[in-house]
Amino acid sequence: SSNGSGGPRRLSRALPFGRSHGRLGVSSSGRLIVPAPSSQEKADPQKTAFLLRKAWTLYSVTPLYRFRRGRLRDYARLLGAFIAAEKQKGLAVEVGVELDIKVALSSLADLRGSELDQDALLVQLSSRSQASSKNSEDKVVWSGWFCSVFGDDLSENVPEHFTCLPLFLTHGAESYTSLVGSWFQKTFDCCFRRLAISPLNLSWMVAMWAGCKLDRAASAVELVFSVPRLAQPLDISYAIHPEDAKALWDTVQKTPGEITQEEVDVFMDCLYAHFHRHFKIHLSAAKLVKVSTGIASAQCDGIVKILHSQYLPGVLMLLTELAISQIQ
Amino acid sequence: MQRSSRARKQPLHAHHKSQTDLSAWRKGGTIDSEKSLQSHQSANDQKYDSQEESLEQALSYFEKVQDCVALKKQSVPQKHLDAVESTALKQGLPPEGFEILLNIVLSGKFADTVNTRLLKSLIPASVIPEDSVVKAVSWLCVSKCSGNIKLLFLKWLITMFDYIDHKEQLHALYGIFFSFLQDERLCPCICHLLYLLTRKEHVNPFRIRRLLELQARMGMQSYLQALLSLYKLFCPEQVTITLPGKMKTYFKNSDGPWKAAITAVRQRNQGPSSLSQTLFLGTAQPRSRKRKWNAQLVIPASSANTNNLEDDREKCFYLYSTNESFPLEQLHTFPQLLQNIHRLEFPSQMGSVLTNPLLLHYMNCVKDESIYLRLYYWMGQMLQEECTWCMVDNPYEEEFKSFLETVYKAECFLQEGFSACEEFLYKTLPLWDGFCCRSEVLRLLSWIPLSSFSDIKSYLYDPLAQLFFTSSIYFKCSVLESLKELLQNWLNCNAIQVDLESSSLNTTLSGLVNGVAELVRFVGWISTVGLRLENNSMLLLYFILDFYEIVCDMYLKYNLPLLIMLPAGIFYPALLSMDSVNLNQLCYIMYRTNLVAAKENELCKKKMLQFKFSDQTYQVYNQYIIAMVGCLWTSSAFQKDIHPQGLHMDDELLSKTAVKELRNSFNIVYHPAMMGYSIQFLQQICPDDTTFNFKLIKGKKWNWYLEYLYTQGLKGLKVFIESSISRVSQASCNKAGNAEA
Repeated sequence: SSNGSGGPRRLSRALPFGRSHGRLGVSSSGRLIVPAPSSQEKADPQKTAFLLRKAWTLYSVTPLYRFRRGRLRDYARLLGAFIAAEKQKGLAVEVGVELDIKVALSSLADLRGSELDQDALLVQLSSRSQASSKNSEDKVVWSGWFCSVFGDDLSENVPEHFTCLPLFLTHGAESYTSLVGSWFQKTFDCCFRRLAISPLNLSWMVAMWAGCKLDRAASAVELVFSVPRLAQPLDISYAIHPEDAKALWDTVQKTPGEITQEEVDVFMDCLYAHFHRHFKIHLSAAKLVKVSTGIASAQCDGIVKILHSQYLPGVLMLLTELAISQIQ
Repeated sequence: MQRSSRARKQPLHAHHKSQTDLSAWRKGGTIDSEKSLQSHQSANDQKYDSQEESLEQALSYFEKVQDCVALKKQSVPQKHLDAVESTALKQGLPPEGFEILLNIVLSGKFADTVNTRLLKSLIPASVIPEDSVVKAVSWLCVSKCSGNIKLLFLKWLITMFDYIDHKEQLHALYGIFFSFLQDERLCPCICHLLYLLTRKEHVNPFRIRRLLELQARMGMQSYLQALLSLYKLFCPEQVTITLPGKMKTYFKNSDGPWKAAITAVRQRNQGPSSLSQTLFLGTAQPRSRKRKWNAQLVIPASSANTNNLEDDREKCFYLYSTNESFPLEQLHTFPQLLQNIHRLEFPSQMGSVLTNPLLLHYMNCVKDESIYLRLYYWMGQMLQEECTWCMVDNPYEEEFKSFLETVYKAECFLQEGFSACEEFLYKTLPLWDGFCCRSEVLRLLSWIPLSSFSDIKSYLYDPLAQLFFTSSIYFKCSVLESLKELLQNWLNCNAIQVDLESSSLNTTLSGLVNGVAELVRFVGWISTVGLRLENNSMLLLYFILDFYEIVCDMYLKYNLPLLIMLPAGIFYPALLSMDSVNLNQLCYIMYRTNLVAAKENELCKKKMLQFKFSDQTYQVYNQYIIAMVGCLWTSSAFQKDIHPQGLHMDDELLSKTAVKELRNSFNIVYHPAMMGYSIQFLQQICPDDTTFNFKLIKGKKWNWYLEYLYTQGLKGLKVFIESSISRVSQASCNKAGNAEA
């Protein structure tokens, strides 16, 4: 009888979360460049400094099931043993003993946007120094962190027992990413997917970041295009002085603090027109594969480098949004 | 002694009885007549009786042996040993024999050759008493026997494990067995035995450390790996191991010299065969190629949840408290599921339920939204990541196909669609070429849930229509087949729901009716256009009418206040079809769309159902009936049809065609779909006439012809004529002029 009553009840049920099917279409009419200042105030630049100026590979992660913040130390022991067991397939490993690779899990309290966001989670693998000298620091060989900055679209709809940290960034050998990822998949029933960034989103990024004010002298704004269908790969690099880029953007943007798709298109068209005037090449026919500005750089294969701590939350907010759209 | 000897006789007697089973003898092929059967049997009786006797003597001899005895040829012990051996191999030993013989073997009274022979003959006829084994283990501890005998005994114990009648005391001896691990020779066997005995409470840090020490000393050994993986299964928070992929056997030669003998004895005794405990080291997933760690279409093996934390157990020392849960790795049968359903946990990765029917059963019983959400996320990511027509250069089409197939099978099992799958279809149908994984995708369509959301047109119908119109006739047929399944699924699921929630009927009913009506109208539209595109293909028409066979049942069978007639663009091609199957099916559909009954129903249910069928439906129905009866029965084609898209033609125009007997041309004799039947009928009633005088079929012969048609399987025609024609003739008697409905 449970069979009969269980089935139809669910049949009439809507999708397991609240958002309607409207999300199937892209609807990014307007975006905020930087999150509300209230969330920025509490950020301590010192604590997140190590996240800057490193190339991070992006992944999207579905919500973690039964993740407990209070168990980080236990998780670290288990993950450590798992890595050791995977490395020496066939040999059992006792959980909790000292191993070659030390695992540390910790919360990064400052990387949050809204109230619904969970604290970011940092995973670090370090190799114990062979010299066995107790003073020498362990060397970090791999690090990765899960975070959510204004990920409300995802987190407001999941029930208890699920933890939404949809963006995962890694730095270090792919083999470690694979081990850590597998363990998280097995333990918290989540899925990882590489987060590629489309040319459209790259153009959004360059427009958003070109307009940002920087205190110190910034590096050039650079766009790299790849020309498709050629026997030899051909990349075109297009560098603009940051002040010129900002001046151009200021003429395009109508409402400060908000960006529309139309403005981004106009900005890019201006750049294309300028390039065409000089080189007679239509960049719009090529594929935008990388953008870099004084704030951050991003590649189409999902690798970002964030340069400026002030804009860390803003960049993460955008990446969180991209990760969520890949999950839902 | 008296008592035990009587008890000893019993199993032998029972055994003897089973030999009288005739079928058992026939299988052996030894007996031809009943006479020889009897003589053979009595000979056998004598044989067994004498065997029984000598075994009894042998056992009582071995029981009384006090001191060390040397075995010589033709000696007394030799004779008894032979008796034990021959009985054991033929029919197995009775339960009481084991204690006596194990005592002898392990006490070292005889030479090893005797002990070995005795051990090898320890074949149970039915069961082995646990007490005898416990005593044997105590002999093992005092070490009176040689190492070889110890080893052989352990092998025997492993092979016979499932024949031991109880095992509680053996479980209590776990520590004793564990201590034997020190002996390197015994280690592999002990590991195997421990593997069979281990329960969660046996696993503790001390034992784990001992095993790890052994591993450090002996290196990678398959028997240690097996035992350690079992420990990991029970206590993942204390030890972990990753098994290498290629390993297949973890315990070598575990069957020893007994396997053949046991099989033979078991076959002869035809007793219940006990299943031996299977290894459940869920390890190596078959991986054909090396792939990205996060994008493998490998459905995870169902393994116990290693992250099993509960708030109220925060104080526990151990991270995981799986004391009460039943390891999924050990779940193999439906009875197990029933016995342990209260202490089952879903696997650590929900995706694994897809290939595990037992867990799908369990899923049906558990009302927990989180299991659906976990499945939703996993499946959604898998489908998107591996979709072969969305990802450029994805070489894994076969894998993706089989994944879709698995998902579909699980949906059929659960009788419900997965929302991840629904979303996937909505997202990717506009990009689909209609070719890649065709049958799999179309099958998945049939489990799209009927939801109240109104965009199904733009997400499903629009892209589907585009593909439908631009693809081959086979694709069109497959789409119709899927949509038929979809309609069927909607109706079935909601029929159950209406049954269960008849009180809150009105809230969901209108949504259901609208959704179903939209689907039927969509199919009507694509079918009409499709028929024209495919020149009224008989094949396509067959699939269309198949769909309408369900549509016409919506009212009477599924209780939906919904009547939808098939469009004229389908009705007329079917009525004039060259193919009797389609014509027959049309007749059946018109019979099932029984508006007379519907009208009656409507009158009595009016208060309950707030739906009323439009007059236009009745009008169209009447027009169709008039057209059909006019064509097939009253030979008044082109005359009585009053449907605007119908067959009505002016007499003047018809006369220009110069065709004789126009009005007959679509009745059941002349109709192109029926001509084959009428010719055969004529051949049967007038075999000599080769002129095919169809006019002969009238009056009494018309009725014979009808009977003939009914015997040819035209059931639809039969029910249509029997129901509609009588009505029409009645109606015409009443001079009402048309079919009153």
